[in-house]
Amino acid sequence: MMLEQIAYWLMGIGLGFDLFGCIGLVRLPDVYNRAQAATKCVTLGTCMILIGTAVMGFSRGVWPMGVKAILCAAFILLTSPVAAHAVCRGAYLSGVRLWEGSVEDAFQTRAEDIKSTHQQEGTVEGEEAETT
Amino acid sequence: MSLFEHIAFAVLVISSVLCLFRIGRGPTAPDRTVAIDILGTLVVGFCCIVAVWTEQEYYMNIAIAWALISFVGTLALAKYLEGRSYDA
Repeated sequence: MMLEQIAYWLMGIGLGFDLFGCIGLVRLPDVYNRAQAATKCVTLGTCMILIGTAVMGFSRGVWPMGVKAILCAAFILLTSPVAAHAVCRGAYLSGVRLWEGSVEDAFQTRAEDIKSTHQQEGTVEGEEAETT
Repeated sequence: MSLFEHIAFAVLVISSVLCLFRIGRGPTAPDRTVAIDILGTLVVGFCCIVAVWTEQEYYMNIAIAWALISFVGTLALAKYLEGRSYDA
């Protein structure tokens, strides 16, 4: 019974984190703020729901459910920040501007380097295509 | 279905509706991509609650597969966004 109480509390706190992350997804001003709020809250909230599911499975004697829940929690904890980072990088390189209230843009010089190398590679490929 | 499952499904449905609002409204394409990623993570939470409710462990298989496919799809969309400039 004690373990089930702990599992219900873990799942409830995780659901609260999910809800606040989605409110941040709607309320915040630009892509980068939205991705930051939503990714952090929803990743850790869902991990908490999964850990609560694992505790529930162990307390009820459903061992495969607990093991799979822990596996899924580890997987989400590894992959969700990577996906959000890739999307934000793609957004910056495709030209989405920051919110006008932002104070610092640390990626600007690096993004210009990446764009110039992309353009050089593009011209080289184009020349090869023309010669062949 | 106890009180906990009712509240849990209500919270998850509200969160999903907020995500769908951002998918429909989102001014740029990366907004929609982020919201789709978050919606995929919320579906994993749905699968957990259903697994606890029904005490069937195979729902966790769906959760693992959904997390995998959501990750791969989001990475593909991110590489597509990086390749060209549009929508902003």
